[in-house]
Amino acid sequence: MRYMPHTAAERAEMLGKIGLGSIDDLFTDIPAEARLAGLLDLPLHASEMEVEKNFRALAAKNLSPYAAPCFLGAGAYQHHVPSVADHIIQRSEFLTAYTPYQPEISQGTLQALFEFQTQVALITGMEVANASMYDGATSCAEAVLMACRVTRRKKAVLSGNLHPHYRDVTRTTLQFTEFEAAELPPMAEGSDNFDDHINSDLACVVVQNPDFFGRVQDLTALAEKCHAVGALLVVVVNEVVSLGAIKSPGDMGADIVAGEGQSIGVPLSFGGPYVGLLATRQKFVRQMPGRLCGQTIDQDGKRGFVLTLSTREQHIRREKATSNICTNAGLCSLAFAIHMSLLGETGFSKLAALNHGEAVTAAEALDAIDGVDVVNNTFFNEFTLRLPTNAAMVVEKLAEKGVLGGVPVSRLIPDDPAMENLLLVAVTETCSDSDLDRLVSALKEVL
Amino acid sequence: MLNRQGRSTQAVGTEDTEMDMETFTGNKGLNHETPLIFEQGLPGRVGVDMAEPKEVKSRLGGLERKDPIGLPDLSEPQVLRHFVRLSRQNYSIDSGFYPLGSCTMKHNPRINEKVARLAGLGDLHPLQPVSTVQGALELIDSLAHWLKTITGMPAVAMSPAAGAHGELCGVMAIRAAHEANGQARTRILVPESAHGTNPATAALCGYKVDAVPAREDGRMDLEAFATKLGPDLAGVMLTNPNTCGLFETDVKKIADMVHEIGGYFYCDGANLNAILGRVRPGDLGVDAMHINLHKTFSTPHGGGGPGSGPVVLSEALAPFAPVPFVTHGAKGFDLIEHARGEAAASFGRMKTYHGQMGMFIRALAYMQSHGADGLRQIAEDAVLNANYIRVGLNDLLHSPFKGVCMHEALFDDSSLKGTGVTTLDLAKALIDEGFHPMTMYFPLVVHGAMLIEPTESESRQTLDEFIGAMRHLLGKAKAGEADYFLGAPHFAPRRRLDETGAARNPILRWTSPAAGQLADDVTLSAAS
Repeated sequence: MRYMPHTAAERAEMLGKIGLGSIDDLFTDIPAEARLAGLLDLPLHASEMEVEKNFRALAAKNLSPYAAPCFLGAGAYQHHVPSVADHIIQRSEFLTAYTPYQPEISQGTLQALFEFQTQVALITGMEVANASMYDGATSCAEAVLMACRVTRRKKAVLSGNLHPHYRDVTRTTLQFTEFEAAELPPMAEGSDNFDDHINSDLACVVVQNPDFFGRVQDLTALAEKCHAVGALLVVVVNEVVSLGAIKSPGDMGADIVAGEGQSIGVPLSFGGPYVGLLATRQKFVRQMPGRLCGQTIDQDGKRGFVLTLSTREQHIRREKATSNICTNAGLCSLAFAIHMSLLGETGFSKLAALNHGEAVTAAEALDAIDGVDVVNNTFFNEFTLRLPTNAAMVVEKLAEKGVLGGVPVSRLIPDDPAMENLLLVAVTETCSDSDLDRLVSALKEVL
Repeated sequence: MLNRQGRSTQAVGTEDTEMDMETFTGNKGLNHETPLIFEQGLPGRVGVDMAEPKEVKSRLGGLERKDPIGLPDLSEPQVLRHFVRLSRQNYSIDSGFYPLGSCTMKHNPRINEKVARLAGLGDLHPLQPVSTVQGALELIDSLAHWLKTITGMPAVAMSPAAGAHGELCGVMAIRAAHEANGQARTRILVPESAHGTNPATAALCGYKVDAVPAREDGRMDLEAFATKLGPDLAGVMLTNPNTCGLFETDVKKIADMVHEIGGYFYCDGANLNAILGRVRPGDLGVDAMHINLHKTFSTPHGGGGPGSGPVVLSEALAPFAPVPFVTHGAKGFDLIEHARGEAAASFGRMKTYHGQMGMFIRALAYMQSHGADGLRQIAEDAVLNANYIRVGLNDLLHSPFKGVCMHEALFDDSSLKGTGVTTLDLAKALIDEGFHPMTMYFPLVVHGAMLIEPTESESRQTLDEFIGAMRHLLGKAKAGEADYFLGAPHFAPRRRLDETGAARNPILRWTSPAAGQLADDVTLSAAS
């Protein structure tokens, strides 16, 4: 087997050195009745060529979004990833390093994390960010737990227009804790009314911007209401490219920003791995979950970086830790840092403008179709269409025509008649004018 | 005089060595420094060319960003060079031996990277109609089959994103099962030697953590365990093989005892590598176990993730598994995405979409490459290598527990007593010898612990070189050369870093020198 260096003769010699007669002697601590005598009921080892063939066959059974006009979003967005990003994350030194527990020989990972933390803090308008969470939804759940610790309160309230997976994950995460989250109903039109919940028992309000239906909102007044009762405002961002165009959550008064960073540097990969962003105010940093990289100096006085404030973490604090998280999304945060470095201020703003321009153009073209209406007044690169018929069925028909036309809202919010005809359409820089033409004509045909 | 690596054998750390020479640039030949990316920008440069945005009437509702963000502008070659230079300051399994106990740093095959990037796999959107992702669902289903077969368990929840997330999944399933039976159990048993994630996870599930001590032979103390059983006990979280690198010989008894009082057995599967194809956790009475695809099945660690932690479940816990999961429908594969209908008992959802697909692809490629024969060979060679290191060092280092170990060899620091050299110092000297240090000071139950996990990937030549270096260093320590260790590492991109200072005065981001006020805000005091 190509991955294992020992020859049979070496194994025998090594056993001899250990003082054992056979490999079985290494496994005598396993209860005799449970020891497997033969091989597992699985195929035998395969050559690299065979393995590649197997996966090519699986890939051929899928429709690549690069082989079809793709207007899918709902928290995961198709963006162009510069080849430099994917090349660098495949360098051995980044790809095959462990968590940087030995800072002297991990400065590459650590400095990149420090740069990532800075980028995230800058784009969210916050003071500090951590070294990543698993994804946007887990980051949202951790933000709620963090807000409860900061305020020493037990109640949160979630916007109805928070991405349904984020709601589900937050509810799941909180269910066995002493904390609870009230949930407002989703509304494609109209906005949340938090008034019944904003009081001195409230730890935080969680609201997404742009929201699940694509709407852009000014959260400044909501932040003020929260702060007036000592509650925190948690802002969720699951399309980070929007931050290149829209006023940052920090500028609107957010106390914690929980985000999904996939749009920058991370391929769609059928939903994972992605990279959760978590940013906050400096004064809350000791209640933050997850790893933090900090600047320091070495014995010779040279600038260097280390993982820090680890007394918050499970390997030190055990059951009193801020979170149980250990492994996070290291390599995805590196990809984010590289892509964001390539974009810079100029490129990030331009990418956002490009997305918005494509989306506005698409919204106008789609709104002009008989029976199709754009629900949103405001949006960034994703909006909701009201169709004259069931959106899930329309999406299936579009797929038969080789068009990935959007995400039916009912896929994420089932059993709600108000959602059945709604279609989420995301338009990024990867959608060409001819892609839009194909969507428009296909939609006309199937309606 | 030069040693085998062509390195000077002259004593290091003295004023006149070449390493202490300063250069004009701060670079040393092939070892380049690189400033922070923020210190290299010049407004107006661009690293990504793109089309001009269309002129449209804004739909942002007057919420356009007015102020600059503060990101630096660089060209593509600058960014490439920056990150290449950074990469060269990292140790990696590709470049050298990485015997981090409990972390299973093994070879990361490149075919896995290649197939994860195939068009039609790496680029799929998670919410495409299921009719357009039948190959992806088949892949997940196939990986689930391998995991269930390897562990002898009837069900698997695929979505957890890492080991700790898998633990959370397993313990939530346990709590959901108790609640479905109308039982409000409050306590969970966790051995003192457990990973910190175990108690942290139990706490997130609202359980009081009750620690069980270890016996003199490094296994969980069965008598102490027995006294802690009771109707308020939800279950036990046990790592097997355990964090001392030992198989829990009483594991079946432990499972029976916890089942007898109506509790469940959570097994931390971090060390599954040691037993692949030799024993199935399902035959040991396990109810739930996470599998670190980023350990046992070699998906790259990437400097701290992403991981993937599918959880195999017993019949009793399977109904409570989180959504989503793949089913076989009339029109092929289907996805159950909501906790209703056949998933009505599900305890909920753990992350967006369907799990760490990129890791699933790599893990399945790894499993197919090994096959049933190769998987068993993994365990055999991993355990052989660990024992080879154990006997190669046990005349100089003290093993707290006697006898054959599993996939990792554990030593304490009693042999260093009186030398002035600590486990940490020894580890830092190993860096100078070109090795990544072993896991230190874990498990907590062993003083000054050194936990060495070689994995099956290493040749005998590498093991001999490591053993040789350790023996050399231990010889130096015992010969009274403590000073040699205190200055280590000498040959790394950085010497020892001031971690205390970093925590006392946390600087967690770059700030523009122009923005002095913010810099002051950001360097808060430890008291806050």
